[in-house]
Amino acid sequence: MATVEQAESMTETVAEDGVRRRDFIHIAAVSWAGVGAAAVALPLLNQMGASADVRALASIEVDVAAIEPGQAIKTSWRKQPVFIRNLTPAEVVDANKVAIGSLRDPQTLAERTKPGKENWLVTMGVCTHLGCVPLGAAAGEVKGEFGGYFCPCHGSHYDTAGRIRKGPAPLNLQVPEFAFISDTVVKIG
Amino acid sequence: MSFPWANEYKPQHPVMQWVDERLPLPRFVYNAIGGGYPVPRNLNYWWNFGVLSGVALMIQIITGIILAMHYYASVDGAFNSVEHIMRDVNGGWFLRYAHMNGASFFFIVVYIHIFRGLFYGSYKAPREMVWLLGVVIFLLMMATGFMGYVLPWGQMSFWGAQVITGFFSAIPVVGEPLRQWLLGGFAPDQAALNRFFSLHYLLPFVILGAIILHVWALHIPGSSNPTGVAVKSESDTVPFHPYYTAKDGFGLGLFLIAFVLVTFFSPNLLGHPDNYIPANPMSTPAHIVPEWYYWPFYAILRAFTVDFAIPFTGIVIIPAKLMGVLAMFGAILLLFFLPWLDTSPVRSGHYRPLFRKFFWYGLIPCIVILGYCGVMPAEEPYVMLSQLAAAYYFAHFLIILPIVSRIEKAAPLPNSITEAVTGKPLETAAA
Repeated sequence: MATVEQAESMTETVAEDGVRRRDFIHIAAVSWAGVGAAAVALPLLNQMGASADVRALASIEVDVAAIEPGQAIKTSWRKQPVFIRNLTPAEVVDANKVAIGSLRDPQTLAERTKPGKENWLVTMGVCTHLGCVPLGAAAGEVKGEFGGYFCPCHGSHYDTAGRIRKGPAPLNLQVPEFAFISDTVVKIG
Repeated sequence: MSFPWANEYKPQHPVMQWVDERLPLPRFVYNAIGGGYPVPRNLNYWWNFGVLSGVALMIQIITGIILAMHYYASVDGAFNSVEHIMRDVNGGWFLRYAHMNGASFFFIVVYIHIFRGLFYGSYKAPREMVWLLGVVIFLLMMATGFMGYVLPWGQMSFWGAQVITGFFSAIPVVGEPLRQWLLGGFAPDQAALNRFFSLHYLLPFVILGAIILHVWALHIPGSSNPTGVAVKSESDTVPFHPYYTAKDGFGLGLFLIAFVLVTFFSPNLLGHPDNYIPANPMSTPAHIVPEWYYWPFYAILRAFTVDFAIPFTGIVIIPAKLMGVLAMFGAILLLFFLPWLDTSPVRSGHYRPLFRKFFWYGLIPCIVILGYCGVMPAEEPYVMLSQLAAAYYFAHFLIILPIVSRIEKAAPLPNSITEAVTGKPLETAAA
């Protein structure tokens, strides 16, 4: 009997602000269970991200000393092709004399290369249209109407700065994050 | 479950009585797909395709479990393990071809099942939940089919995975990290292949669970029928067994004949030859196409070629790629709202003259055109055609159906299923 009275009086005292002690306990318990569930979910979701061995290869270093002007190499970075091209002075001139306003994706050669190293064009070898690998990096491959790269899938032409000039691709060939860590070594990623 | 005159399960054998008192599983089956489930007496052969879908799923699960005993989910070994199944495993070629074509036949019967529902208004009250669960099953099937296609790790597997996971990178800000999280790397690789295998094994059982809910939801009001008129009395129905087990059995026979004909005599008819080239991340196939059952949706994806931007400012609000992705998912998610977009109280297309015209001369050609454009290269005139067809697809559900439901004058409905079948009024119910 005493217990019941006690319970009633407790309910009434707290009922003034509309909240019972029990409500607090319920919310606190469920919230804490929620925190626990989130803590358990974290490793379950986190395991799906790139693993350490994949991340370890997220950046590569490439020695470009052997690439003569006019040559290009195709290397693989993050399982995708990357083109590294040593532009000839004529190709640099070609790229610089284009009116920027006339481009679909306006960018200068300088914006796409490193200062003092404007002859080194580093781009992804992935067409921005539907992800095909353009031609033009290897000797003897078609370089397209603008002397850069040509995508055989749907006929996108890129110029000597890897900029889209003709065809369905919407953007210039993507320039990955890269830096010269010495005069002849490029770090990509 | 559904009608008071349903036959009651009465086990004769003492063992069955003993089981029934402790775990009434046989009773459950009897009431679900046996003599205890009364079904409208006028179902036509279009009503076979639900059962056929269930059979197709079972074919996939059985052949799939066996393939998993020989398959090796590794970027170096997957392609070779599939060839090992084809050449070395006893009868492996049959099991793989059955699984490969089983997926196509699963989609064939499910598409017919969906269009049956669309024509006969099976999505309408009181069966909205059946329809919603059906759309969920369809989405699960698409995810499962995609991941299964990646497993052989051929060129189309790899580049299909590249394109499909690329959808997520269209999402602003979180897109690229989300894609990398889904793939477990920067491009489809070992991590992606392994998790796709894991999920490809899991999802069919999720589908099975969703099918149980689908059938459960169906059995609350009972099956619809070609007239769309509700069951009114016992004379409108017959027990599922033996009447529809027999009718479904006949349809199943025809289905299996078609299935084995393709599996044995033209097993690669519905596949793409490029998937017999091992995956090469450094070289793209000239023309990436998904499996045929995704073609209409792929066409909608590619129909968006222009950014949604503020004119003359160059400020892009929604890039074309994101629009395409949103439209493609929207085309399926739209189906969730169908029960509330079509407000006509008449279910069956038989009694809806205007609806019927738009169904046969609008929706069906639209899907066929989209499917055709989906397999053709992304160039004119296919881009223009898919834009028109995609516009019609959305207009059909969002504009035409609501308006037709409002203005249409339906043909006179029969008073009952019995009357529709026998031509005589339903006296038994009145008596």
